[in-house]
Amino acid sequence: MILRTALQTFGSYCLFIWRVFSIPDKWKVFFKRYIGEINKLGIDSIPLIIVISLFIGAVCTIQMKLNTTSPLMPRYAVGLATREIILLEFTSSILCLILAGKVGSNIASEIGTMRVTEQIDALEIMGVNSANFLVLPKIAAFVSFICVLVIFSMATSLGGGYLVCIVSDIVPLSTYVYGIQTMFNEWYVWYALIKSVFFAFVISSVASFFGYYVKGGALEVGKASTNAVVTSSIMILLLDVVLTQLLLQ
Amino acid sequence: MIEVKNIKKSFEDKQVLKGISATFYDGKTNLIIGLSGSGKTVLMKSMVGLVAPDSGEILYDGRDLLKMDSKQVKELRKEIGMLFQGSALFDSETVLGNVMFPLMMFSDMSPAEMKDRAEFCIERVNLKDANKKYPSELSGGMQKRVAIARAIALNPKYLFCDEPNSGLDPKTSILIDELLSDITHEYGITTIINTHDMNSVLGIGENILFVNKGECGWIGNKDAIYDSTNDDLNNFVFATRLFMDVKKAHELRKKMQ
Repeated sequence: MILRTALQTFGSYCLFIWRVFSIPDKWKVFFKRYIGEINKLGIDSIPLIIVISLFIGAVCTIQMKLNTTSPLMPRYAVGLATREIILLEFTSSILCLILAGKVGSNIASEIGTMRVTEQIDALEIMGVNSANFLVLPKIAAFVSFICVLVIFSMATSLGGGYLVCIVSDIVPLSTYVYGIQTMFNEWYVWYALIKSVFFAFVISSVASFFGYYVKGGALEVGKASTNAVVTSSIMILLLDVVLTQLLLQ
Repeated sequence: MIEVKNIKKSFEDKQVLKGISATFYDGKTNLIIGLSGSGKTVLMKSMVGLVAPDSGEILYDGRDLLKMDSKQVKELRKEIGMLFQGSALFDSETVLGNVMFPLMMFSDMSPAEMKDRAEFCIERVNLKDANKKYPSELSGGMQKRVAIARAIALNPKYLFCDEPNSGLDPKTSILIDELLSDITHEYGITTIINTHDMNSVLGIGENILFVNKGECGWIGNKDAIYDSTNDDLNNFVFATRLFMDVKKAHELRKKMQ
């Protein structure tokens, strides 16, 4: 029964995505909405990303210092390990899990409310492909802007560690800077960016799907929003395992 | 003209429409009335293609909606305007933006022409100084007017209204009815109104379909309704003391004549 429901939901999701990825009725309207969504889903997320990345970067640096007490370990290992954690997992997976909460619930509740207030029916009656009109700009905007957010997060996280070094002097600043430059592997940046593009697609499409098929009223919109966040979080974790295997092996 | 022929629709075990046939005429206010749960909303949603009926025909000037491919349905929908029960205005757009929306999507007008047309439609529904307001800043009656303006922006041939008076005070309801009636006659639109409001039935009902338990219960107009011997219809229309008095007054006037 559960398997049947899961397969049905997956089938509906595939049909939904098929409707979303059709040619927009008017490109001019699409680009106008695309810019609006970049502003709403991307630029509006920057303050949250700065705050979280700054603190996580700072905490990572402190934790590394506290947990690498062996005299055999070079002092620059604090910066090096902080950088690796940030590049490999935090700025892609953890950041996208956080964004699944913010952006996912935003998308699901917005589209869900449009559904229960008959705004989507109104679009359909006018002859507009509502799935394409509403969802494609969101997916396109979030997938294209996620790289900016990830790079922002990388810089701010390393900046958080830098600030800790200045304020607390737990590691000399020059050693920290040397650490984050040592044995730098450029592929890790690409790895984070590639993963985040996949995660952004999952967040925006899954949240749109849950919002689009809401039936009922305000209560159901809330449930759809929660389901969207939970489902996209699980999907992100599963994809993380697969992509890590594929990209880092 | 829209004709529906033998429309049937079931949801799981429950048959909601049991073979309804009716004709809705050009330039007339066609009303669909009936008790809650009688199937009138399902009938209207079937007519506009939001619900797929199990069988039957829905003919828009001879073109069967149920035999059209998606491209033809899309073209047909450009000829349809719809007023939803909750107005269904786009929250993120202003009044002007809402009315300009269908023009922006489906017309080749320049931005200035679109603005002129939208302003004309807004004036036509007697809304003033509301162009820059958002739907949340408007009263229920004003929202309905904006929805009517949006529905007529592309000069539709067919106008569907799902309970246009719900949630409005009696005076505003009458104004909305008059507006719909005027627009119907002015542009020769086939207007179909799904309503519970007896003021609408007795005021603008030029062609009335009474849906009773998923079947066609009665067809007539606002004058014929007084003489109907259909018990279900009489129990529905003249259910309140007010409308029973209206019927008595009508009979008295008839006798005096």
